[in-house]
Amino acid sequence: MWSNAPLFPPSASELARSVDALFFFALAFSVFFALLIAGLIALFGSKYRRRHPDEIGVPVDDHAPSSKLLELAWTAIPLGLLLILFGWGTWVFFHQMRPPADAVEYWVTGKQWMWKMQHPDGTREINELHVPLGRAVKLKMISEDVIHDFFVPAFRVHVDVLPSRYTTYWFKADKTGTFHLFCGQYCGVEHAYMIGKIVVMEPKDYEQWLAGVRPGRPPLRSGEELFAANACNTCHRPDSSARAPILNGIYGKGVKLTDGKTVTADDEYIRESILNPQAKIVAGFQPVMPTFKGVISEEELLQLVDYVKKLPPPSAGAEGAR
Amino acid sequence: MSDPRTAATDPPGYAPVSYLNETWGLKSWLLTLDHKRIAILYLISVSFYFALGGLMAALIRVELATPQGDLVSPDWYNRLFTMHGVMMIFFFLIPAVPGVLGNFLLPLMIGAKDVAFPKLNLLSWYLYNIGALFAFWALLHGGVDTGWTFYTPLSTAYTNTHVIAVGLGIFINGFSSILAGVNFMVTIHRMRAPGQGWFRLPLFVWGMYATSLIQVLGTPVLAITILLLAAERLFHIGVFDPAYGGDPVLFQHFFWFYSHPAVYIMILPAMGVISEIVAAFARKRIFGYKFVAFASVGIATLGFLVWAHHMFVAGISIYAGAVFSILTMFVAVPSAVKVFNWTATLYKGSVLWETPMLYALGFIGVFVIGGLTGTMLATLGLDAHIHDTYFLVAHFHYVMVGSAVMGYLGGIHFWWPKLVGRLYPAFLSKFAAIVVFIGFNVTFFPQFLLGYLGMPRRYHTYPPEFQTLNVMSSAGATILGVGYLIPMLYLLWSLKWGPKASANPWGAVGLEWETTSPPPVHNFATSPVVTTEAYDYAARAARAEVPVGG
Repeated sequence: MWSNAPLFPPSASELARSVDALFFFALAFSVFFALLIAGLIALFGSKYRRRHPDEIGVPVDDHAPSSKLLELAWTAIPLGLLLILFGWGTWVFFHQMRPPADAVEYWVTGKQWMWKMQHPDGTREINELHVPLGRAVKLKMISEDVIHDFFVPAFRVHVDVLPSRYTTYWFKADKTGTFHLFCGQYCGVEHAYMIGKIVVMEPKDYEQWLAGVRPGRPPLRSGEELFAANACNTCHRPDSSARAPILNGIYGKGVKLTDGKTVTADDEYIRESILNPQAKIVAGFQPVMPTFKGVISEEELLQLVDYVKKLPPPSAGAEGAR
Repeated sequence: MSDPRTAATDPPGYAPVSYLNETWGLKSWLLTLDHKRIAILYLISVSFYFALGGLMAALIRVELATPQGDLVSPDWYNRLFTMHGVMMIFFFLIPAVPGVLGNFLLPLMIGAKDVAFPKLNLLSWYLYNIGALFAFWALLHGGVDTGWTFYTPLSTAYTNTHVIAVGLGIFINGFSSILAGVNFMVTIHRMRAPGQGWFRLPLFVWGMYATSLIQVLGTPVLAITILLLAAERLFHIGVFDPAYGGDPVLFQHFFWFYSHPAVYIMILPAMGVISEIVAAFARKRIFGYKFVAFASVGIATLGFLVWAHHMFVAGISIYAGAVFSILTMFVAVPSAVKVFNWTATLYKGSVLWETPMLYALGFIGVFVIGGLTGTMLATLGLDAHIHDTYFLVAHFHYVMVGSAVMGYLGGIHFWWPKLVGRLYPAFLSKFAAIVVFIGFNVTFFPQFLLGYLGMPRRYHTYPPEFQTLNVMSSAGATILGVGYLIPMLYLLWSLKWGPKASANPWGAVGLEWETTSPPPVHNFATSPVVTTEAYDYAARAARAEVPVGG
C-alpha cells in the first residue's frame, strides 16, 4: 500500500527545492519547540505530581529577576526565529512571484471547469500544458467567470486566476515527466474535476510534439487577424489620427485622459479599453468606440492585447499627431 | 434515588435548592434573566449545532475514504463542507465558550449577582437561535455551496443555492455576538467585587474581555460585508462582481477583516479556560500572570492587522504580502508566551492528572502544533505551496477543533460540578479525554502530509496516491466521534445518577468555588470581597477555613 502512497511530493524546479529547504527549516524549528513543550509537560507533570490531597504548589515570585529573564527569553527567542522565517520566506516568495526577463509567455484561461492553454505559436490545449525542460515559462492567466487558482504541487506554487485581472505564474522545469495541475481555489460544483497535467519534455521532444500536434483545436486567429476581423484597424491606424489613438508604441507609456488623469497603457488598460471603451477616454478623442464585451473571448483578448503590445513604435510624424 | 431535597448525606456545599430548581416550568427557562440558566440554554443550543456539524463532518470523511466521488454527488459534497463550516464556526465555535462558560462564570468569578444587562443577555440567546434557524432552514432546503467563505463572484453570480438565507442567519447571529460582547465588557468594568482590581481577575475573565473586544469591533464589519454581498447578488451593484465593474478581490479583504479575528474569538476564551484549569490542577498561581493577561489583549489587537495573510496568492501586491507576513509573525509571539507560561506553571506545582487537566494538557500539545504550522502558513514562500491545501485544513482544525473544542470540553468537565451539582465518572471521563486526543491527532495529522503532497481542500475526489493518508484520517475521525459521544452520554447520565458535588470538589481557588454547587439564584449568600490575587493557593492554605480537598 505504501509504495503507492508517497509522503513527499516530487519536485520539478529549482524553486521547488528552495521551498523544501525553507520547509525543513520551519519543520526543525517546530519539532524542537513541540518536543520541548511536550517534554517539559511530561517532566513537570510527573516529577511534581500531587502526593497527598492537601498539597499545594510552591508559589513563584513573578517579580524575581529570574522570572523576568525567562519571560524576556521566551519572547525574544521565538521572535528572532520567526523573523528569520519571515525573511527567508519573503526572499523565496519574491523569486516565486517575479518571472525572469527571458521567460517565454504562455496563456492560460480558466473557466468553470477547465483550463485552456495557448502556446506562443498559437497551439491550444485543454487541461494539459506541454512545456520544454530548462526554459523559463511565464503564464499570463485570466478567468472567464469565478476565481480559480493554478496550482502545480511539483513547482510548489499557487497563483489565483481572477476574472477581469491578469495574474502571472512562472516556473523553470528541471525534470521531465507529468505533474499534477489542480485548481487550488474553490470554484463551484465541479471544482475537484478542474484538474490537469503539466508535461515537461526535452526541448527537442517538445519541438517534435509542437510540430505534430494535430489541429483538433485549431490555433486561434492571431492578434493581427482579430484586429482586422473586428475592424479595429478602421479607426486605430497609423494614418488616421482623428478618430482613435494610434496604438503603435503605446504599450507601457503614460496616456493622458480627457479628465486630466494619466494611466499607464498596460495589459489591464488595453483589455479594459476593448471591453469598456467609455471608461477611460484618451484626451482629444470622442467616446465613439463600441464595446466588444461578449464579442471577443478572453482567449482572443489575450491575443489582441499581445498584438497591441508588440506593435512597432510609430514614425516621428505619427508621434507628433498624438 | 430519593428526592434530593430530603437527602441527609449531602456533601458540604451541595445545594438541594439552586438556580436549577427554584422555579419550574418551560416558561421559567425560556423567559429567564438568570445568566446561569441562559448558559444552560446556550449549552443545549450549541450542542445541537455541534452534533449537526459533526454529522456533516462524518459524511465528508466517509466520502473521502475512497478517491472516487461515490457517496454523494459533487454538488452535495460542496453543500456538506459549506454547511459543516457555517454550523461549526458561526453556531458552535463562536458562541460555545462565551455563551456557555462565559455566561455561567463571568458574574460568579467577579462576585456579581448577574451580568450588567440580563435582558440583553436573553435577547442574545434568542438572536443566536433565530440566526441559526435561518441557516438550519436553508440546510433543509438544499443548503449553500459556496464554502463558508462566500467568495465572490462565485457567491453572487454563479450559484443558485441559499446564499441570502444563510447570510441573513449569520447577520442576525452577529448581533447576538455584538450584544454579548458589550454585555460582558460592561459587566467586567462595572461589576467586579470590592477589592478585585484588574490584576486580581482570573485569566478567564481577561480572555473573555479580549474576546468581547473583537466581537464588538469586528462583527459590524461582517454585517456590512454580508449586506453588500446580498445587494450584489440581488441588485448587481458592482462592488464585488467584476462583470459590473467591481473588484474581484475586495470581498476577501472585507470578509477576512472579520473572519480572521473571529478565529481569536474562538481561541481566546478557550485559552482562558486553560489558564484556570492549569492553575487549579497545579495548585499554583499562573506563572507570569500579567504576561498571560496582556497576551490576550495583544492577540486581540494584533489579530485585526493580519487578515490579508489569507490572500498571499490572491493577486495582492507582494509587498503587501510581506507586511502581512511579518505582522502575522508578531501575533504568534503572545501565543507562544502563553504556552511557555502555562508550562512553567507546572514547575514545582502540585499536579493532578484529573480529566479537566488532561484536556488542558492536550490543548497545549495540539495548540503548539496548530500555532507552529500557523507560522509556516504565515511564511510567504511556504504559503505559496501549502495555501488552500489540506495542510491549511489540518492547521486550522488543530487550532479550532484540537484547541478550541478541547478547551471547551476541559471547561465543561472542570465546572460541571458547579453547573449541575453532580460529578461524572472519573475513570470513564479520563478514558474519553485520551480517546479524543488520539482520535483528533489520527484524524488531522495525516492531513498535514496530504497538504504538503498537494491535495487541495474542498475536493470531492482526489488522485489515488492520496488514499492511504485519507483512510487514516477517516479512521481517526471515527475514533474522535466515539471520543465526543462518551462525554455526551456520561454527562447526561450524571444529571440523575451522578454523585452530588461539594462546593469545591477540586480544591480550587476562585469566587465561583466559594458558593454552593449548584449556585443559588443570586449566586452568593453574602457579597464576596476580594483580598488576595487570583490563584493565591498559599493564602488559602494558610486560612485553612475550608480544607483544600473540599
